[in-house]
Amino acid sequence: MDLPILEYSFMQNALLAGFLGGVACSIVGVFVVTMRLSFIGVCIAHAAFAGALLGIWLGFNPLAGALLFSLLAAAVIGPLADRGELNPDTSIGIIFSLMLGLAFLFMGLMPGARTEALNLFWGSILTVGKEDLVFLSIVAAIVIGVAIAFYKEIQAVICHREVALAVGIPATIIFYGLLFLTGATITASLRSIGGLLIYSLILNPAAAAYQLTYSLKRLFLLAAVFGLISCWGGLIASYLLDIPSGASIVVVSAIIFGLATLFSPKRKVKQWQQTLSAS
Amino acid sequence: MMDSLAIKIEDAVVSYREDVALCGVSLEVKKGEFVGIIGPNGAGKTTLLTIVNGLGKLLHGKIWVLGLPVNGNNGSQLRKRVGYVAQVQNIDPRLPINVRETVMVGCYSHLGLLHRPTQTHWKDVDRVLEMVGLTHLADRPIGHLSGGQQQRVAIARVLVQQPEIFLLDEPTASLDWKAQREILNLVRTIHDTYHLTTLFVTHDLNTLPQACHRVVLMKEGKIWHQGKPELVLNSETLSELYATPISVEADSKRRLVLF
Repeated sequence: MDLPILEYSFMQNALLAGFLGGVACSIVGVFVVTMRLSFIGVCIAHAAFAGALLGIWLGFNPLAGALLFSLLAAAVIGPLADRGELNPDTSIGIIFSLMLGLAFLFMGLMPGARTEALNLFWGSILTVGKEDLVFLSIVAAIVIGVAIAFYKEIQAVICHREVALAVGIPATIIFYGLLFLTGATITASLRSIGGLLIYSLILNPAAAAYQLTYSLKRLFLLAAVFGLISCWGGLIASYLLDIPSGASIVVVSAIIFGLATLFSPKRKVKQWQQTLSAS
Repeated sequence: MMDSLAIKIEDAVVSYREDVALCGVSLEVKKGEFVGIIGPNGAGKTTLLTIVNGLGKLLHGKIWVLGLPVNGNNGSQLRKRVGYVAQVQNIDPRLPINVRETVMVGCYSHLGLLHRPTQTHWKDVDRVLEMVGLTHLADRPIGHLSGGQQQRVAIARVLVQQPEIFLLDEPTASLDWKAQREILNLVRTIHDTYHLTTLFVTHDLNTLPQACHRVVLMKEGKIWHQGKPELVLNSETLSELYATPISVEADSKRRLVLF
């Protein structure tokens, strides 16, 4: 396939952003999917979105606002989910709706054109700048580094958190660390993928990989590969079909998830469980 | 005096919101002792275990474990020396971790951050898996095992942790009779072989190991009675503890509790 578009620097930047964002989001997605924290992740994504809009409204760096809000959301949501003071679904739902409300409030208060704000909705991977790439590189390096350096602790915490705590692993610190990492990854990918679409790039590749393997190492690798295919495949589809890039990335990742589910060897386990519970 | 004690609890009060889970509990457990803890639902049995491994927070009172006062700063360090087996849990069959890796988690606290398990650690894991009779399931995802097998994995994990205190919270709940007997035999063997101090919480009075040196009877967050099994496991005491008629049949080998 001859793609002269690849010679343009904006496309090269987009491919690099897709590589970094795809891999980072997918690895973070493994934490979220394995710990069944999907709703928490959605909430953090919307907090980052609201923070970025606050930055645009008040005239400071939107990424700083996004980082601040996503980390704050992680710091508030973690204890709410942990302590069981309220039903986690209820409390996280309230914060989620608050973040969405704040996002629209900040947008409504913005004077003049709202092009930059609207770009944060859908993302604009084709116009990603050097500053965004540097930030994304740093976050991706941290995510990969943490996943390698603390692999055994992460495996213990995401698979058996109560056991990890009981044997003396600093499970709570690691749990909050993973939530903060999720917030930082969402922030770094916000401009390229967009506040409304970022979450599918976190969830879909990891959820697809989760259908295919029982090994955590392979799960990380498969999720990263699926994230990369989603981003690059989405970009190429966007160019060939002349459709929005963020949306095409999401669609490709969803197709990968659909295929993985269809051919998942774990479906047999689920069917077996259903048969057992029915008998 | 303190040297001979593995656990010393003084006037412990634990509260979850407005509910008082432990109400002025005091207990001393000697090193090497095997203590069974029984009582109706909500008696505070599980809470008692959680304050021993530092996960439960005291509202009032003091606790020493292995000679050290338990506080917010040393809970993590103490837990490395305290093995904990919880009730059978519903584990996601798709969880990306196998039996060997689950058992290895017991080593992680000793390994410390940034250190990888060595061949020696993996050999220890395999040796322990052989001891609990799970070598043939070593590479199986943990969620694919039956409840009894998962409890044996939990016990194997405690073994590689090499603790000094062994806490078991209803380890045989919801298991069939064969699995119950296997787990009980395993717990007894481990207690004797490794000279552990064991606290064994159970609802099922017939699963109280014969090896119990002492039985603690809990009710409404308090220690209601305690003593040697042959003295406290009688019809009158148990009927009063559970507020329902209970009869105890005893033969030369064991006693059988009937509802």
